[in-house]
Amino acid sequence: MIKVLFFAQLREQLQCAELSVAESDAQTLAQLHEYLTGQHPLWAEFLNNEKLLMAVNQTIVKVSQVLQSGDEVAFFPPVTGG
Amino acid sequence: MISIQQNDFNVGDEYAALVANDTAAGAVVTFVGRVRDLNLAREVQGLQLEHYPGMTEKSLQEIVAQAQSRWKILRWRIIHRIGNLYLGDNIVFVGVSSAHREDAFHSAEFLMDYLKTRAPFWKKELTADGSVWLDSQEKDQQAMQRWE
Repeated sequence: MIKVLFFAQLREQLQCAELSVAESDAQTLAQLHEYLTGQHPLWAEFLNNEKLLMAVNQTIVKVSQVLQSGDEVAFFPPVTGG
Repeated sequence: MISIQQNDFNVGDEYAALVANDTAAGAVVTFVGRVRDLNLAREVQGLQLEHYPGMTEKSLQEIVAQAQSRWKILRWRIIHRIGNLYLGDNIVFVGVSSAHREDAFHSAEFLMDYLKTRAPFWKKELTADGSVWLDSQEKDQQAMQRWE
């Protein structure tokens, strides 16, 4: 399984902090994105935001990133700490 | 050392730790970020600070490693608060000691610029009209890019 996390405004928009996806549905980050918007059509407008950042195992990566079972994926808005 | 915590910090204690028993440290720069009353013309009452546990610490470690490869840093300290914060509260502490001021000034500024654009923290502003997630700002991106 792949663990998927959402943070901040995105978490509120999706009303979801965490879910799991089978690796067969998400061989790459792009596929995972497609799977999530397919399963949850109402999420599409929020997940299609070009500014969103994506991390795999807590490192920011590009959408072409290949996923493996046990990976932790996170989607989040641009950061605003400090 | 990196600390992500709800509790406040004491600048005097942090300074003392940066210089304790270290007579090589000829320069110390400390920065404190605080909750301001006016942001982008909105009157702010407070902030909620959210973070991504684990990735926050990892990204800050990477930022520190980059700073150490560019400047001669003796000791460093980063503290970032999370949870509910109110006007005038401390948010973030960055402290660096070095033999000379150039290394201390530059590395402290670099750490803050990178923290603001790379570390997964998010601020939600509490105003009289409700709460608003802050947008990232172009000026912060530009501040980070001048180090590249």
